Amino acid sequence: MSSEVLARREAVRSDRRARYERMVEIRALEDKVRGLFAEGLVHGTTHTCQGQEAVAVGVAAALRPSDAVCCTYRGHGHAMALGLTPLQVCGEIMGRTVGSIGGVGGSMHLCDMSVGLLPTFAIVGAGVPVAAGAALTAQVRGTDDVAVALFGDGAANIGAFHEGINLAAIWNLPAVFICENNQYGEYSPIATTTPIANIADRAGGYGIPGEVVDGQDADLVFAAVESAAARARSGDGPSLLEMKTYRYAGHSRSDTAPYRPEGEFEEWYQRDPINSFGARLVAEGLLTEGDIDEIAVSTAARVDAAVEECAAAAAPGVASMFENVLV
Amino acid sequence: MARMRMNQAIAAAIADEMRANPDVVVFGEDVAVAEGPFKTSAGLLAEFGPLRVRDTPIAEMGFMGAAVGAAATGLRPVTEIMFVEFLGVALDQLVTEAAKFNYLSGGTVTVPMVMRASVGAGLGFGCQHSQVMESWMVGSPGLKIVMVSGPHNAYGLTRAAIRDDNPVAVLEPRALYATRGEVTVGVEGIIPLGRAARPASGDDITLVCGGSTVRTCLAASGDADGWTADVIDLQTLQPWDAETVLNSVRRTGRLATVEECPYSGGWGADIVSTVVAEAFGDLQAPPIRLTAPDVHVPFGKELEQRYLPSAEYVATQVGELLATGEAPAHWWERDGALV
Ligand SMILES: Cc1ncc(C[n+]2csc(CCOP(=O)(O)OP(=O)(O)O)c2C)c(N)n1
Ligand SMILES: [Mg+2]
Repeated sequence: MSSEVLARREAVRSDRRARYERMVEIRALEDKVRGLFAEGLVHGTTHTCQGQEAVAVGVAAALRPSDAVCCTYRGHGHAMALGLTPLQVCGEIMGRTVGSIGGVGGSMHLCDMSVGLLPTFAIVGAGVPVAAGAALTAQVRGTDDVAVALFGDGAANIGAFHEGINLAAIWNLPAVFICENNQYGEYSPIATTTPIANIADRAGGYGIPGEVVDGQDADLVFAAVESAAARARSGDGPSLLEMKTYRYAGHSRSDTAPYRPEGEFEEWYQRDPINSFGARLVAEGLLTEGDIDEIAVSTAARVDAAVEECAAAAAPGVASMFENVLV
Repeated sequence: MARMRMNQAIAAAIADEMRANPDVVVFGEDVAVAEGPFKTSAGLLAEFGPLRVRDTPIAEMGFMGAAVGAAATGLRPVTEIMFVEFLGVALDQLVTEAAKFNYLSGGTVTVPMVMRASVGAGLGFGCQHSQVMESWMVGSPGLKIVMVSGPHNAYGLTRAAIRDDNPVAVLEPRALYATRGEVTVGVEGIIPLGRAARPASGDDITLVCGGSTVRTCLAASGDADGWTADVIDLQTLQPWDAETVLNSVRRTGRLATVEECPYSGGWGADIVSTVVAEAFGDLQAPPIRLTAPDVHVPFGKELEQRYLPSAEYVATQVGELLATGEAPAHWWERDGALV
């Protein structure tokens, strides 16, 4: 499993076509997941990331498997971009032993340390100071790894965000703080909870660089993360990147996003990260229209097969409850 | 009387207190425009307006602290913590600030605030969104803790909590928001804090419960073969109604606490130690505690149900206690339990 995960990661790191394909795969799985929940086939809740795929592949492409990633409950796309397989992700969502932590976590709790993914955080903001701590490990041990925290726009208002970034700044830690500004924290538009337009502006308050990035463009995301990571690796300290993006689906399972103004989704969809990246690769001659169609079909088939395999897989037994509580 | 769901009963209680007292204000994440993630503030913004009903950023420490300051200076804030785990980032304000202000002001400052939180397992939210966490608050003098168990007492206890001059934590089992029941509305419906209820009476054992386990105990005793139980819904966990519990145990001679939390550090330990100390001579069997095991709440539906003390489990353990006079083993200690 781990070699497949690493190979998937390497593909995203080295090949823009693989980034395109991975985005298609993420979208396909997320659409499937929403369907599974809608049909009542899965217990609990889920937070999907349709519309935010470019952030996921751009970040994963710019990092090494030895870098640490602290991600949120909206983590399926990031996990797959980092290399986790649809089976590992869907298996976890469906509570099957083939899931990334054996099916005991559910949709919000993915992890695979072979590609640097720490247990994803279901508490808003919690991953920000944890990333500072992971960066401390790199600093103390003298490796040139970095730690990345991924969090939402809403998380920029919680104490952990401030405390974590300030600590990273004052200790000059090799961290990259990445805010995925998808315009909403749960049902609240960002403007109702945050008095400034750009969260990246807060970087000034910590004396670190801040940058607004077009989160719908996988190339721009990659470039921004790569340069912030390079800065961190060379000992120049943390940065704050704000990816402007958009959450196509509701916040969670049951949310149909009635609070969204009419036309807003359509406007963002015109700059759909998958369509526009595909068109660019075609224009560059890296893919043909035929490849685009083929990728859509083969990816959907692969994802469908993974979902079917999960549905047939075993659920963890009672003993799993008592495992991994204390080391 | 009115028939409503528990979330509606909570919204009705808050609305009635807001009508009665202009100092009552409400804030939390998505409680105003969206009327609460669990619809426990439906209608409040429309009726009372944005001055008194506010959405907050995702900033529990910030808004909990604001509740402390507002309460200390005259308002009666009602705050909502969407899932009780999120109280973790705001705990200081509740247990170290609010609960101590009266003491640290020589009795001159009161903090009449309410912290409502949804709690508990059963809905597949995974281990960071399914705990009860009353243990974070029990043992914090200066704080009252309420556990509601259905529409009726959710209404009455919420109103009492808002009227109380102390900080009060109200824990609402999330799995019960949709349950319907008859509610006594109006001031007659207010249920005093610190007093238990007895939703079923019986002779063979006292079942002490609260929150989600009240239903469990009623189901277990309702179907019981050959025994009857005095079911005591504590309603207020701190301070708890020792008089009602002791009187019941003196009559039945047996005690089981039924708790949703893990065994270690659970509230039932306090009840058992008090009963043993005060009513030792009346006990005909060792008091027992029926709880979850000391593990994280599992995600899968079947495992999550297994984790929670069920009515069948209560019936089995009580049956064995009555038959043998000895404390039965916990389910997870029995041979073959883990396969
Ligand atoms: C401390 C804490 N408070 C509240 C929540 C409930 N909650 C989960 S996600 C969410 C919205 C977060 O918004 P944002 O940070 O923008 O991330 P997004 O969900 O948009 O990816 C909220 C309020 C939580 N999980 N943790
Ligand atoms: Mg957001």
